[in-house]
Amino acid sequence: MALPEVKQSATEARLLALTLPESGCLKAARQAALSRVQTMGLPSRRDEYWKYTKPDTLVQADAPKAAVFHADEVPMFNAFERLNIVFVDGVFDAEASDHLEIEGLTIDRIEDICCKDIHWAKDLYGVLEARGQTPVERPLAALNTAFASDGVAIRVTGKVSKPLNFTYVHSDENSDAILHHVIRVESGAEVTVLENGPAASRFNKCMEIDIADGGTMHLVRAQGRDHERRAATHLFARLGTESVFKSFTLTVNGVLTRNEAVIELTGDDAVAHIAGACVGDGDFHHDDTVFITHDAVNCESRQVFKKVLRNGATGVFQGKILVKEGAQKTDGYQISQSLLLDDDSQFLAKPELEIYADDVACSHGSTSGAIDEEGLFYLRSRGVPHAEATDLMTLAFLAEAVDEIEDAEIAADIVSRLEGWLARRR
Amino acid sequence: MLEIKNLQVKLEDEDKQILKGLDLKVEAGKVHAIMGPNGSGKSTLSYVLSGRDGYEVTEGSATLEGEDILELEPEERAAAGMFLAFQYPVEIPGVGNMTFLRTAVNAQRKARGEEELSASDFLKEVRAKAKTLKIDADMLKRPVNVGFSGGEKKRNEILQMAMLEPKLCILDETDSGLDVDAMKLVAEGVNALRDENRGFLVITHYQRLLDHIKPDVVHILANGRIVKTGGPELALEVENNGYAGILAEEA
Ligand SMILES: Nc1ncnc2c1ncn2[C@@H]1O[C@H](COP(=O)(O)OP(=O)(O)OP(=O)(O)O)[C@@H](O)[C@H]1O
Ligand SMILES: [Mg+2]
Repeated sequence: MALPEVKQSATEARLLALTLPESGCLKAARQAALSRVQTMGLPSRRDEYWKYTKPDTLVQADAPKAAVFHADEVPMFNAFERLNIVFVDGVFDAEASDHLEIEGLTIDRIEDICCKDIHWAKDLYGVLEARGQTPVERPLAALNTAFASDGVAIRVTGKVSKPLNFTYVHSDENSDAILHHVIRVESGAEVTVLENGPAASRFNKCMEIDIADGGTMHLVRAQGRDHERRAATHLFARLGTESVFKSFTLTVNGVLTRNEAVIELTGDDAVAHIAGACVGDGDFHHDDTVFITHDAVNCESRQVFKKVLRNGATGVFQGKILVKEGAQKTDGYQISQSLLLDDDSQFLAKPELEIYADDVACSHGSTSGAIDEEGLFYLRSRGVPHAEATDLMTLAFLAEAVDEIEDAEIAADIVSRLEGWLARRR
Repeated sequence: MLEIKNLQVKLEDEDKQILKGLDLKVEAGKVHAIMGPNGSGKSTLSYVLSGRDGYEVTEGSATLEGEDILELEPEERAAAGMFLAFQYPVEIPGVGNMTFLRTAVNAQRKARGEEELSASDFLKEVRAKAKTLKIDADMLKRPVNVGFSGGEKKRNEILQMAMLEPKLCILDETDSGLDVDAMKLVAEGVNALRDENRGFLVITHYQRLLDHIKPDVVHILANGRIVKTGGPELALEVENNGYAGILAEEA
């Protein structure tokens, strides 16, 4: 079927600005992804899946300029023992990174997958992304698979002693980065991955995560404080039997963010938690789009998303739980809530359940509201000044999402950043 | 300490007058009790004094140690020494009781130009005071009032009062929902705070609280005004005969 003309020409314009990287064994995967893009066309405002978020600036050939933000604070997660992997405007920075060696896992750049003949990575690259194209198309992810210029392949084979930390530095106001990581967590292995930073003026990131039976992965990311940056990220995860995947995302600032998470529970007794807290002030549009497929017995999925919006900021949540036939004893929970600090801000939510098994417990809820005046007065009557009381109530609202982070120190770092954000807006 | 003159209050959104010329004076060191039929305006008085939104003062004044408090923000009133133990303490999910207490104590100290309490001093003090009110460590850790029983909420109010050491304590039906033992605990908590520099305004329906917290003065509030003032014997009269006699006599 031919694409609508507008979509066709927008897609062509974008593709013209890109060149397919020369990478031996990934060539087939990249070519296949390119044809997916050509068939689907890039997102346009007319698309149902982009009803609440305008994809224009994510799709257009040139990345809109975004000023580099210089924060006067210690970068997130800096205080922790970690293995740091640095990308500057989407390019790996060996100098700034730690030596990429640690017991329990291997790290290679995707461009080395072929010369080192890393089979598992070759077999994963683009595979989960391709699976994630049905039943809903995600053309920006396919575009990423085709054109990603950098990224790493991580294979976790044991219990890793410290977290891996991706630092994504934004240094050029015209940067346009496409990164693609593949992560394979082997049976019984366990890893924590941290990500921090805006990465570029425009960032298209794709992470494919394959967790074997009994594997565990924790992912905590923060998307940086740059106000003008744009990001479209995709997280594809496939979970085997008794595996665990928990992800939390903090978003403060950024004019446009679309975070998609596509999770497939394919082995029995697997657990997936996807959480996010975002705070936006003014020119801020934040979209969480989540699709969780239960395709095994007795799996648990949790989605917890909280958004604090003010001065005309917009929050979007599209979350779906699909329970396939035979996925009995599914426990699916989904909550998305926004705290609107004024009348100009808005929250658009589309929670969905689609269930083809009869013995399941799924619940979803979405709310949007202002600060609880009763609570505010109670705090103030105890002497807590209005601004401080509002902040306390706001942090309390976000707490349910932050509580999804298991590591107390990481959670504390996230909370302190939220406190800072609120304090700067008093 | 507290001086209220001809206070007239209506609801902000409705044309409904609730306080209709209320006069009241609470001296330092004294315990004043207020009794009165349901809906007579007791809670309204306590809210207006602590600065809750939704009320409009159309006439009269209220001063705390000579300072006009009606113009102040709720937090400023708190810093000036006003404290209200709520009839219905508010639940605040997500805010830990301990964080809440420490924030409140330090905010008031800061507002008064005093130094903040160190974390360890604060902990020591909370633990000691919580213990006398039989509030366990778990309750201190939980979110403010969330999942607390009615009696636990009331004890939590008294803990806050003990930590904040206000000058004027208003207790709005703190006895409601308390079992006999909890009532004693609360009364002991209040009595421990009795001091020549502190005034109390105890709103209650029942004599039993006043058996434990002995009032110096008892007022009857009806239809938005203080209609009768007397000694402790007035509470006994209400206990025995209800309000009918008193109201008829004043009409
Ligand atoms: N926000 C409000 N909206 C509507 N009516 C109100 C409001 N606040 C108070 N009132 C009314 O004002 C009157 C006084 O209420 P208030 O709560 O002060 O009574 P009270 O003396 O404390 O009663 P109780 O003994 O039952 O606690 C009542 O008729 C009540 O319904
Ligand atoms: Mg009342």
